[in-house]
Amino acid sequence: VRSLAFALAILLASAAAFAQDALRVCADPDNLPYSHENGSGFENRIAKLVADDLKLPLQYAWLPDRRGFVRKTMGAGLCDVIIGVPAGFERVTTTIPYYRSAYVIVERADSRVTPASYDDPALKKMRVGVQLVGNDLAATPPGHALAHAGVIEHTVGFPLAGDEPSGARMIRALAHGELDAAALWGPQAGWYAMHASVPLRWRMLPVPDGLPGQRFEFSIAMGVKRGDAALRDKLNEVLRGRASDIDMILAEYGVPRLPLEAQP
Amino acid sequence: MPLFRPVAFFLVLLLAAGSAAVHAQAPDDGQWTMAAKDWGNTRFSGLAQITASNVSQLALVANHPTGLKGGHEAAPIIADNTMFVVMPYPNTVFALDLTQPTLPLKWRFEPSPQASAQGIACCDVVNRGGAYADGRFFFNTLDNQTIALDAKTGKELWRTKLGEIKLGESMTMAPLVVKGKVLVGNAGGELGVRGWLTALDAATGRIAWRAYATGPDKDVLIGANFKPYYASDRGTDLGVRSWPPDAWKIGGGTSWGFVSYDPVLDLIYYGTANPGPWNPEQRPGDNKWTSGIFARRPDTGEAVWYYQLTPHDLHDYDGINENVLFDAPWQGQVRKLLAHPDRNGYVYLIDRTTGQVLSAEPYVHTTTSSGVDLQTGRLRFNPAKEPHAGVTVRSVCPGSPGGKDWQPSAYSPRTRLLYIPHQNLCQDQTAYEVSYIAGTPYVGADLKMYAGPGGNRGVFTAWDPIDARKVWEVDENFPVWSGALVTAGDVVFYGTMDGWFKALDAKTGQLLWKYKTSSGVIGQPVSYRGPDGRQYIAVLAGVGGWAGAIVSSNLDPRDGTAGAGFVNAMRDLKAATQAGGALYVFALPQGAAK
Repeated sequence: VRSLAFALAILLASAAAFAQDALRVCADPDNLPYSHENGSGFENRIAKLVADDLKLPLQYAWLPDRRGFVRKTMGAGLCDVIIGVPAGFERVTTTIPYYRSAYVIVERADSRVTPASYDDPALKKMRVGVQLVGNDLAATPPGHALAHAGVIEHTVGFPLAGDEPSGARMIRALAHGELDAAALWGPQAGWYAMHASVPLRWRMLPVPDGLPGQRFEFSIAMGVKRGDAALRDKLNEVLRGRASDIDMILAEYGVPRLPLEAQP
Repeated sequence: MPLFRPVAFFLVLLLAAGSAAVHAQAPDDGQWTMAAKDWGNTRFSGLAQITASNVSQLALVANHPTGLKGGHEAAPIIADNTMFVVMPYPNTVFALDLTQPTLPLKWRFEPSPQASAQGIACCDVVNRGGAYADGRFFFNTLDNQTIALDAKTGKELWRTKLGEIKLGESMTMAPLVVKGKVLVGNAGGELGVRGWLTALDAATGRIAWRAYATGPDKDVLIGANFKPYYASDRGTDLGVRSWPPDAWKIGGGTSWGFVSYDPVLDLIYYGTANPGPWNPEQRPGDNKWTSGIFARRPDTGEAVWYYQLTPHDLHDYDGINENVLFDAPWQGQVRKLLAHPDRNGYVYLIDRTTGQVLSAEPYVHTTTSSGVDLQTGRLRFNPAKEPHAGVTVRSVCPGSPGGKDWQPSAYSPRTRLLYIPHQNLCQDQTAYEVSYIAGTPYVGADLKMYAGPGGNRGVFTAWDPIDARKVWEVDENFPVWSGALVTAGDVVFYGTMDGWFKALDAKTGQLLWKYKTSSGVIGQPVSYRGPDGRQYIAVLAGVGGWAGAIVSSNLDPRDGTAGAGFVNAMRDLKAATQAGGALYVFALPQGAAK
């Protein structure tokens, strides 16, 4: 009898998870190209596509994507899905990845100096912008690579917190000639390069040796509350069925995309 | 009369604070006008009704729930027969009438800080209390405002915005009022904030001066009278030259701890926080003036000396811990001293006139360094414990919260002991996990904290600062995250995170009394004389802070790296207590003190 009650409870719980009356998305109100409260980010577009497929109204819980974002949104029960998280991100249950990108170097299109790697001596003389994570002694992968190669003297840091997204500030500095290059995560590089006031280009540099534990490429998936397999499975279905539509949205935003690894 | 009174009041304050720092034997006025009791930051109450022999009779006389779940770290402030209490975010101020037995509300003030400030605060949305001076009550809000209220009515007199939430700045510290100036500092070094201490005119809220902790000498208020004791702290524009170019602009060194003041030397003392937001490998150099102690003139902010406790910090060892001032014989001569139990694991005894380190001995298990060179003042780092990207480092002791974090110690001029509430935590930087903040993926260090040798996560230590040795200690299961209070009755008080408020014999460490509160205690206990002439002990319960965020912020105990790695060491706190603030006031039963 007890195991029956237990099984019933599980059934009821999953039924509750299925019986959603809205797709509730946790998102940053001002972090293009990903999301914006006016709906102009590519994650807003993908969220809309998923909600339409699931025939659910789309709702948002807005919070700046800083330390504690998962806890204060999904953890507080305000929303059920984060549109972009690294595949395997520990704080949530992740779907299958729907794109893969890499850190790139953004330069002015007329730049004559084109370093071929993160330890290219030419970089030591260039003003290179990097993002500053500033959390638990962390840095972005290009930050580690540049420090490892001794490229420090002219490197310029951009904290993630600020009046606008760090990518926007870095690209503006590049366009104004205050930087010679900016090391950025692909989606930010592609979008901001596309909208910059001067012609820019981005390039992927080879992954440097001697940096154990560092990765320059990440697959991006959706995240749901830990253990919410029901919602994950529904999202996986949509992601599989609409892969090419999602890729078209990403292309529209200039997101540099790498082939996804084969899905099990 | 109106002319005379403020002068008299100022004199009384000057005498009270000055004597506490220098002689500490003058009669106590029975008030508690600033978080640390006096300018010397002693947290010593001269009241002696409650003694080691009668404290066992201590009984609850008032208990007011606050209705808030954030960590309650503030010291109740007592002046003019009123108790002033500042809440964690949203930083409501309550004024309670001490002339009535139930402590009814006189007024409350809602500063209405911006909600987005909560997303910035690194380690829970705490506030460490206010300060009373000259009929005004001063406090800071999480969204970077210093506010002055009329202490009688709660009416706002002025408010001054000092920082920018969007840039990662916040304010959590308790102001100190010195010579008509309100001294306040910012927090948020990890987020690319440039640290400062600012003096505001107490009457108008106008900024009198601001001293940055990084950048050119003119910004740091370093001039011709700057005389640091050690050669490595001397040189022009070290706040620029000890960094990669321009890194100082976002270099951290915030000031979110307590400020102290010596009215005889006319110097204020405060610590600066760790450098940020660069990974250590990206910011070669000493990273001045982070993780050190400044002595400055309160009138102008001009720096007089500085000592760097932790040059080129690798482990998040802020230098913001309190600087406790007292005079005592040192090697046969009475010296003006400053005791500073630092995050890096050492209690420093410093000549507060010159900044010379007289001794620096470890009070916790320390693996990250092997002592302080008293000739050069340099900390001897252990290269084996340096963090590097992708390298696993185990047994980093003390861990990132240090041997002691913000929780302030107390000094008794009677026992000549420093009572230090602290933790016993080490950490491993083991695996690496993927993070994704503001759409920027990276692989971060997976910090996991755990109890150091002995298995207890907390310690309450009585330290002889002159002999530089532990006299007694009490082990606690959880980190001791509350402040300490010591009284002329030779009783010392502190609270535990599982909600025990304790009284110990200040001489022996023997437990004399304890009381179970509804939530863990991380506040600063105070003592005062009520209008009825009785001695009272007051403290806020309400677990939280960096160590207690697992309860106040309801973190997932399965995620050991949450709360910047602290959750791993605190998984069982949820079972031991619950969130929710409350004020507790205790006294001896009527007549018991006789």
